[in-house]
Amino acid sequence: MNEIAQASTVSEADSQEGVLQHRSLWLDVWQQFRTHKGALAGVGVFALILLSVLLGPYLHDIDPQYLDYKSKNQGMSIKHPMGTDNLGRDMFAQVLAGGRTSLAVGVTAMALSLTLGTFVGVLAGYFNRLDGPLMRLTDLFLALPILPLLLVIIMLFRDLLRSILGPEMGIFILIVFVIGITSWMQTARIVRGEVLAIKQREFVLAARSIGTRPHRIITRHIFPNVLSPIMVSATLGVAAAIITESALSFLGLGFPSDFPTWGRLLFDGVPFLNINPARVIWPGLAISLTVLSVNYMGDGLRDAMDPRIRGR
Amino acid sequence: MFRYAVRRLLFAVPTLLVISFIIFALLDLAPSDPTAQLPLTIPEEVREMIKESLGLGQPFHIRYLKWLEQFLINEPLNLMEQSWGIEIGDSENRMRVRSWSTRAPVVDLIAARLPQTLIVVGMSYIVAIMIAVPIGVISAYKQYSIFDQIGTFISMLGFSVPTFFTGTVMIVIFSVVLGWFPSIYDTTHVVNDFDSFVVQFKQMIMPVMVLGLFSAAQLSRFMRSSMLDNLNQEYVRTARAKGMSEPVVVLIHVLRNSLIPVVTVIALGLPSTFAGAIITEQIFRINGVGALLIGAIEGADMPTVQTVTFIFAVLIVVFNLIADLLYGMLDPRIRYE
Repeated sequence: MNEIAQASTVSEADSQEGVLQHRSLWLDVWQQFRTHKGALAGVGVFALILLSVLLGPYLHDIDPQYLDYKSKNQGMSIKHPMGTDNLGRDMFAQVLAGGRTSLAVGVTAMALSLTLGTFVGVLAGYFNRLDGPLMRLTDLFLALPILPLLLVIIMLFRDLLRSILGPEMGIFILIVFVIGITSWMQTARIVRGEVLAIKQREFVLAARSIGTRPHRIITRHIFPNVLSPIMVSATLGVAAAIITESALSFLGLGFPSDFPTWGRLLFDGVPFLNINPARVIWPGLAISLTVLSVNYMGDGLRDAMDPRIRGR
Repeated sequence: MFRYAVRRLLFAVPTLLVISFIIFALLDLAPSDPTAQLPLTIPEEVREMIKESLGLGQPFHIRYLKWLEQFLINEPLNLMEQSWGIEIGDSENRMRVRSWSTRAPVVDLIAARLPQTLIVVGMSYIVAIMIAVPIGVISAYKQYSIFDQIGTFISMLGFSVPTFFTGTVMIVIFSVVLGWFPSIYDTTHVVNDFDSFVVQFKQMIMPVMVLGLFSAAQLSRFMRSSMLDNLNQEYVRTARAKGMSEPVVVLIHVLRNSLIPVVTVIALGLPSTFAGAIITEQIFRINGVGALLIGAIEGADMPTVQTVTFIFAVLIVVFNLIADLLYGMLDPRIRYE
């Protein structure tokens, strides 16, 4: 919060005295970001979800897998804020535990797809010789039917990976890997476009004329300049990865019931829709709120990073 | 234009071949056994014979080429024979892609499931367009108004909330609490009079709305930004200066130009709506193509999985092509050479 206060005093001082102070890019971005109310609300909601998922299990310390048949299918109460399922497990504890996995999948899959996308995009944009083949590869991946292929890959390699890496780690790595490997194409296209534009600028020419090696030019001069589109696709990538993971779990081809995510909890709740609709509502609400807040953050970030909009 | 179309068409063929190879290789690499589902009392030699009869004894490239021949040559020939009632060559002994679990030709299985999927996807897309275009037009015309703000929020909601959640919430509200609509789609229902039409309408409304609202959320954003681009153009000022009424300016001059990019987005979005139908079919228990794919994946029925997945790939490539060509045809400023 200290930063916000500082930022606002800086901007006020600017306008009152008319003195040009040092303005960094990220300060400008932040000031534009603050004007987007939806994005600010998104940050708030996402921080709240993140905090409760990380700290919640310490405050609400019921074991999510503890079976208590005597109190099955209960409604909301003080002991069980979201009720219990058909085996008497506490729903709130399960939603918190599921959230940890869902968010972990979202962030890791996004990181993988971003790394791949940036790598391909920078290579294709910077080296003319690689541009053609890499972009054909991107087009090929874009033409793949992603959802059916994801289902097929998970179905076929699930047991193999579970036997090698253990039931929990195996499925986690498999899902993160398949989501990451099938969602890098948009990032690659955007990054390539940016790199193509930046490559023509004078500072790159200057760096090249003093004999800088290509990999130094890429890491020192090009990469920092393509950071803003990468950050926008990072936020949107988290949302997309969470949705994809929960869709897979909903089709019964994601995480197992004893290691649930939000999507799996929702899937497990569907047969009990008549008795206990809350079992579907809570995990669904958690997915929707997370994705909505992340999408709003991405929207605000895109506006804030766009120099044509910023400063208006 | 024609040369561009031919070139794109020629490029689509190797793309599809590579995709079919990737799918085939993936399915083949996977450690799965088609006899795993059979009873354990079957001895090992018989299992080997079953695998042999399914064509698994041959090397990888032979099986791949055979699948290609069966799907790309034999099946189209078969289709021609059926639709024109003629006989081409030795049609009795022609090999077809057969399902491992039912032994029926996969194409027949798909043909039996396709109408259910097509009607839900088609209706939902029509509903999506009918919702998205007016909302996009009004949002853009009254930019930053309350209508625009609410529209933006709803479309954000529309593509953030996953369909399997909206679908189940709709079932809770309209089937469990209110009891208006059935939660399970009955594909054997025949429409022959007004009453049966009402039943069909009732069971279709939820799947169509779930899928339609999801597509409408994205389309309305495209429609809005396309309208905004056009509303600031000079020709709009000219039209107003000539004294044309606002409805004529907006609905005839601006709308027609704004629809050009939206039409291509509509074409591009159709394959992903088919993929979305996989989930919708699972929620409402519609036994369409998506349900066929899920069932085949669970039963390790590789020929069916291979064929259905490849058909999805064909849809994507074909609609990408259609979108590009439509763009060139509708917008005379775009010239492909």
